[in-house]
Amino acid sequence: MTVSESLDSIVRIAESVRSGGCSAEAIARETLSRVEAREPSVRAFLHVDHEGFVAAARAVDAKRARGEELGLLAGVPIAIKDALCMKGVPTTAASRILEGYKPVYDATVVARLRAADATLVGKTNLDEFAMGSSNENSAFAPVHNPWDLSRAPGGSSGGSAAAVSSRMCLGSLGSDTGGSIRQPASFCGIVGVKPTYGRVSRYGLIAFASSLDQVGPFATDVRGAARMLRVLAGHDPHDATSLDAPVDDYEAACDRPVAGLRVGIPREYFGPGLDPEVDMAVRRAISCLEQYGCTVKPVSMPHTKYAVATYYVLATAEASSNLARFDGVRFGLRKEPDHDLRSMYGATRDAGFGPEVKRRILLGTFVLSSGFYDAYYLKAQKVRTLITRDFEAAFQEVDVLCAPTAPTTAFRLGEKTHDPLAMYLSDIDTLPASLAGIPALSVPVGLSANGLPIGLQVMAPHLHEARAFAVAAACERHDALHVGAPAAFP
Amino acid sequence: MSNARIFDRSTVEHVAKLSALSLSNEEAERFTTELAAIVAHVDELTSIDTTDVPPTYQVCIPASSMRDDVVLPSLTNEEALSGAPRQAFGGFAVPVFVEG
Repeated sequence: MTVSESLDSIVRIAESVRSGGCSAEAIARETLSRVEAREPSVRAFLHVDHEGFVAAARAVDAKRARGEELGLLAGVPIAIKDALCMKGVPTTAASRILEGYKPVYDATVVARLRAADATLVGKTNLDEFAMGSSNENSAFAPVHNPWDLSRAPGGSSGGSAAAVSSRMCLGSLGSDTGGSIRQPASFCGIVGVKPTYGRVSRYGLIAFASSLDQVGPFATDVRGAARMLRVLAGHDPHDATSLDAPVDDYEAACDRPVAGLRVGIPREYFGPGLDPEVDMAVRRAISCLEQYGCTVKPVSMPHTKYAVATYYVLATAEASSNLARFDGVRFGLRKEPDHDLRSMYGATRDAGFGPEVKRRILLGTFVLSSGFYDAYYLKAQKVRTLITRDFEAAFQEVDVLCAPTAPTTAFRLGEKTHDPLAMYLSDIDTLPASLAGIPALSVPVGLSANGLPIGLQVMAPHLHEARAFAVAAACERHDALHVGAPAAFP
Repeated sequence: MSNARIFDRSTVEHVAKLSALSLSNEEAERFTTELAAIVAHVDELTSIDTTDVPPTYQVCIPASSMRDDVVLPSLTNEEALSGAPRQAFGGFAVPVFVEG
């Protein structure tokens, strides 16, 4: 098997490196040559860590040469969303306010990937502070969708999704607050997993909305994502919100038969605004699950329509508080026009934050401000309870829920940047699962007539990621749902 | 509640002050228009009956997730200051804010 051939799935790379069929350094060199050739048109990375990446690959080879057993991700090149801290490597959250910042510690997820012998390629682009649905809010540059370079890769983890979709690497980390892993996975034709809230440590993730943020994997295939989550999941004493719950064998779940599984179809996800081609592809995937012996049952989740309003109150409120720490004192940018503390804060934040971040800080501060707290913030928290109860009721009747990941395929760069509300409404299908804290993933199930990928969203009850993996793997195995790599990036 | 009344230019200026954001005139104008539209959308929440519905602050998190109160190695002073734009006397340097 050539190096290039082994670069088609995470599990194949890891097994090839573990067995000595291929060296980690050869994989790393091939990855860098792909990055050199593909990155100029995709622009997925903010920083490629050439030295650290090759050194890590050599360390994996040396470990094998010493006869030590290698980890589950031995020699697998993985890219890291630039909202996660990597020791000594520039980490900006795609914001000018953090330009030049180098963390002094690794995020727990980064440390876990290293401990599993993965090799880390570098940092990927995102919407500034993970706020956006198209990656166009990056302070540095937009990312291009590998399926059509004139289109957005989705967001906020657009760089992580595009890096995997263009096969520069086969796995990456993203973070998902309201859909920031699932929606770009759908737009880029790859697998993206938002685990249960608390399943994966957020220590070292630059916080956006703390009651919603969750780190998760992107991969070219379901099994690769399953293996990555196995490595990432589990309790971390550094994160008080991380759950001390047993971690399942997600890879084994990929082989589990789905016959007899009850699949719920929430009718609210199939309403006005859903692109007919997305509707058709998702329904075809559901009928394939029926062929495998799943029972399909329509369900109703009446509060779904309030998810956008609820989310944009709660997430912006939490963001306005979390982003108060960027004040020009401890890290990043500092502007001091008048040598006065208040003007330093104002000038630093005005120069450092982009328009979407300011918009959300202003909205979040407004909904928390005196006179409006009860009407907006407290009200949204109560509606969040109703949205969560919709899921609890649905999961009394079904084992998983299947729906579109996004109402459309990838839109054009620049198409929605002038209308923030239209951009927010494009998150309608991913927000409910975020608000309820349940696991949800996106798996590619088809292409539109103009060749753009369509994702199926599989949602499961708290801590039942394994069930979602079983369903996603079944879809992936079905010939009628095969998507593959973009023609320009085989 | 009339949104036009709630979300005008003076609201944006007040909230910007609370957020420690210095906005240009043009930014304040633009955010007034954009945020008024977003607040109008968010206003749909007010029509939902939430009588006797408790708020959700966090999901999935057990009540007592505390680690042992044990001192563990931490960042050194040098590491903690390594990202600071300005430092002095082993600490973060800030403009004078207490008259003395």
